[in-house]
Amino acid sequence: MTSSAKQFAREWFGGVGRGTLLCRDLFYSIFKVKPVWRDVVYQMYFIGVKSSSVVCITGAFTGMVLCAQAYVEFHKIKMDTGVLALVSVGMVSQLGPVLTSLMVAGRVGAAIAAELGTMRVTEQIDALRTLATHPVDYLVVPRFLAMLLVMPLLTASSVCVGIFAGFLVGACLLSINPTYLWYNMLHYTDMNDVMTGMIKTFVFGAIIAVVACDKGLNCPQGAEGVGRATTEAVVYSSITILITNFFLTLVLNRVLV
Amino acid sequence: MILEVRDVKKNFGPLPVLQGVTFSVEKGEALTIIGISGGGKSVLLKHLIGLLTPDSGEVLVGGINIAGLDERQLLPIRRRFGMLFQGAALFDSLNVEDNIAFVLNRERRYAREEIDRRVEEVLDVVGLKGIQKKWPAELSGGMRKRVGLARAIIYQPEILLYDEPTTGLDPIAADAIDHLIIRVVQKLKVTSIAVTHDMRSARRIGNRILMLHEGRIYADQTPDEIFKSTDPVIYRFVNGIADPQEQLKYE
Repeated sequence: MTSSAKQFAREWFGGVGRGTLLCRDLFYSIFKVKPVWRDVVYQMYFIGVKSSSVVCITGAFTGMVLCAQAYVEFHKIKMDTGVLALVSVGMVSQLGPVLTSLMVAGRVGAAIAAELGTMRVTEQIDALRTLATHPVDYLVVPRFLAMLLVMPLLTASSVCVGIFAGFLVGACLLSINPTYLWYNMLHYTDMNDVMTGMIKTFVFGAIIAVVACDKGLNCPQGAEGVGRATTEAVVYSSITILITNFFLTLVLNRVLV
Repeated sequence: MILEVRDVKKNFGPLPVLQGVTFSVEKGEALTIIGISGGGKSVLLKHLIGLLTPDSGEVLVGGINIAGLDERQLLPIRRRFGMLFQGAALFDSLNVEDNIAFVLNRERRYAREEIDRRVEEVLDVVGLKGIQKKWPAELSGGMRKRVGLARAIIYQPEILLYDEPTTGLDPIAADAIDHLIIRVVQKLKVTSIAVTHDMRSARRIGNRILMLHEGRIYADQTPDEIFKSTDPVIYRFVNGIADPQEQLKYE
């Protein structure tokens, strides 16, 4: 193992430890201290409404590419009308949650880490503590709850747009019978796929919020520290999402199928 | 005795910052802590409110040792303090009104009209009437410190802590802040602890001065005694004369 890989592993496991402690404070705060719903709604606007265009564009082009690529292979075995089913199952259970989470990690995770990191280096977090306010109650809980509430909606919109875009490509560009295309999609996409995708979005949303808040709250001093915290928030949350996705897929397939 | 520090030691890695600090503060006292930059004054101040935990020793607030308490146990104790930070540390995302009313808004015990009235009152005390809707980025350094002070006094704390209240201000703004601190202490009858290396300010805002030197309390005297001291360390600091050894190092 090279020294940089060792350092990365050490930082990743260190982050997992800090994240666990942060989760302890987070759940204590959610259940024992009343959340301020006005702050949650503001974060929902920032995370959800402001990210919707990005995730919809991601979903649309993923659905279109998947449909066009699947058609090449499905056409060889005369299963053209099954392409939208593949797009749907792929988008609902895998690509939708993962790609949406990666886009949100890039846009929102970075913003959260930068905001909290700047607050830390300018002593605003210390000021918060002197004003008898726990930083987790004021800063982490609204972002965490907003992320949990908004991620399923963002993923659902990304998946819907992706399937519809795939349908348009299949029906209009590839001249596949639209009725069979739609029927097969409905027939082969079952509730387990939807449940798998929804469970994943909750977990990925929680990962983004916890990693970004942890990186921001523990940001090293100075402008360089804020930059590093921002980058690390995106990198670590993305990698954690990809690793978690693999294990969640194994577990959920066993539980739900 | 409202505050007591017993043999507090703190290291940052291999660097010893506090090496056994002991002192106590009576209710209503105006204490100033002086010492060279990087000598541990702000670190000591942060220990008093539990922002830092000592490696060993005790910090007693009203008889309760806060050194062993966790963040949540510290919250009600911190409610007894107000703190003015060196850079004011106003929340960028809130306007002046919401910054000042932060604690009152969080406590959700007061009606909007009551909060507005108290914000107006403390802004009047710090001489900044009518700036409720301004944003921290629109304020000068002196104004930010005044707003920081207004935020610290709105919930009527028992102890006010000031971290370098006049650093980074021009002499006129620094003078205004000194007068403001004296006025606030007299009007609210609070205990005040200020950390500074501005000797003019130290003489005016404190009725007792502690000098921190090499991680320990080197002197604990009245301002007059400090300014008349013939002790070489105190004399050099008060008159701004570098240690000949240190001077040689720089040269």
